Amino acid sequence: MTQPFLIVMAGLVPAIHVFLPFRRTRPRRLPMRDSARAPLGLRIAAALGLLFIHVPLAFILLYAFTTDDRSFQFPPPGLTLKWFGVAWQRQDVFDALGLSVQVAVLSTLVALILGTLAAAALSRAKFFGREAISLLLVLPIALPGIVTGISLRAAFDLADIPFSFWTIVLGHATFCIVVVYNNAVARFRRMSPSLVEASMDLGADGFQTFRHVVLPNIATALLAGGMLAFALSFDEVIVTTFTAGQQTTLPIWMLSELVRPRQRPVTNVVAVIVIALTFLPILAAYYLTRDGDQVAGAGR
Amino acid sequence: MTLAAELGVPRGGTLRRISDFLLARRGFYLLLLLVPPLLWLGVVYLGSLFALLAESLFSIDDFSGVVVREPTLATFRQLLQPANLDVIIRTVTIAATVTVLAVVVAFPIAYYAARYARGRTKAAFYLLVMMPLWSSYLVKVYAWKLLLAKEGAIGWTFDAIGLRPLLDALLAVPVIGGPSLSTSYVGMVLVFLYLWLPFMVLPIQAALERVPGNLIEASGDLGASPGQTFRQVILPLALPGIVAGAIFTFSLTLGDYIVPEIVGPSSLILGQVVYIQQGTAGNIPLAAAFSVVPIVVMGLLLTLAKRMGAFDAL
Repeated sequence: MTQPFLIVMAGLVPAIHVFLPFRRTRPRRLPMRDSARAPLGLRIAAALGLLFIHVPLAFILLYAFTTDDRSFQFPPPGLTLKWFGVAWQRQDVFDALGLSVQVAVLSTLVALILGTLAAAALSRAKFFGREAISLLLVLPIALPGIVTGISLRAAFDLADIPFSFWTIVLGHATFCIVVVYNNAVARFRRMSPSLVEASMDLGADGFQTFRHVVLPNIATALLAGGMLAFALSFDEVIVTTFTAGQQTTLPIWMLSELVRPRQRPVTNVVAVIVIALTFLPILAAYYLTRDGDQVAGAGR
Repeated sequence: MTLAAELGVPRGGTLRRISDFLLARRGFYLLLLLVPPLLWLGVVYLGSLFALLAESLFSIDDFSGVVVREPTLATFRQLLQPANLDVIIRTVTIAATVTVLAVVVAFPIAYYAARYARGRTKAAFYLLVMMPLWSSYLVKVYAWKLLLAKEGAIGWTFDAIGLRPLLDALLAVPVIGGPSLSTSYVGMVLVFLYLWLPFMVLPIQAALERVPGNLIEASGDLGASPGQTFRQVILPLALPGIVAGAIFTFSLTLGDYIVPEIVGPSSLILGQVVYIQQGTAGNIPLAAAFSVVPIVVMGLLLTLAKRMGAFDAL
């Protein structure tokens, strides 16, 4: 499972701010820098590496417009928009898309609630077992996806739980919790505790403080975490194949098309749609957390 | 007028009393917060892991094909059969190859980003490395199916620049070659490398960022050549980052069954065996026993990495 590791990376977002330029720079240890230009060999190697990361996806976009419908001929013999129309009329694509969206929305909601609760509890308090709990939160993504998948499958088997919509949600929500948690806990830590104290001193009770002081401050972090969780669930395939039974989410639909192709151009079009649907929420999440250090009271 | 009155909540209401009660008992309040997530993770996730272990101790009746729910080590012994051992060795070898190649490709990117890029270039580098992580996994695999196909773009490029013989020679190498790139180990390793590369770049870059510039100057002042400085100063300091990246690439390769299903030769790797055994073969105990292997391998690697301080680099 690849996307889950994105969460680990999402957890790095605060670290990113240390070296991205749009942050006020703090005096730091002298960084490793060369005033000279990089050696040619190094520049070429770095450029080639980046090309290797980026060129393949461009081909997906290209192939969505190819007129060739039997092979993966390159260069495409011609370009057409007709496959978008064909894909639009495919009921199976829409069914799969619908199921994926439903699962993603529900898993995100569960993850939002559980992740925020865990973050609220673990952000400042120190108590015995705290490390164990944070390990437990990360475990579903730290272990290979297939382990999570087969574990859930084994549990459903032992408990005689039939596959259903809910078994998919159960799996997805489990590894989505940590995404929300990571985002929320970072924001909780940046928020000054004196804000909450001030609210209490002014006579608000705990619930009012949460509603009027804490929530506005963590809202963008939750939105970002929610969007990452949505994208993660929407794109998940490895765990899903173990928990879905005969149901078809969009990634499972794509997987079956990849293994046994029926109409390749439709798959190409769906691939472009999937890129858009996973990329946009994550981009939004990035911009939401980017300015995260403007939390009230962050300066103390 | 107090804030409470302004907000329309009467003082001394039920909510206030609940709130006061919770604030006075900090431990109880924390417990209340933690119960739902812990209950979920404990029951759903840990419960499942135990179910996995339990299943791996069951066995399947050879005649009826029914799972016998009695603890036995027979299923684990099955792992040692030559065919199954082959799968494990093959998978670990592929994972190790991918990891080594990822270090080679990732290091220059990370090194450039950490040492030479600054300001806008640095932000751009970061985004360029992160962006592929954000796009759909299946779509990325699919992109490689397009590229590696016999009539696809890579073959076309080799033809266009007249290097076709080179490609054919590569494919003629026994074991790693095959009829085409998309059915060879070369293709499979390429796809894995592509998928996991960002996971290698980011930790190495994080480790390199921490190397103080004056250490490198000191090494030069003391008479080391650039090569010596690299080998004896930079590389050891970057090692924790490399190990952290290796953890990612190793774990991801061990747990993947989609890529070998779509690209590569017909011989199975671990993930595929797990998938087939739990699905069409209906042998969940063997599938469970197989998936204990990545857990053990990762456990060993993590212990090793922790000793080397790899997680300080994250």
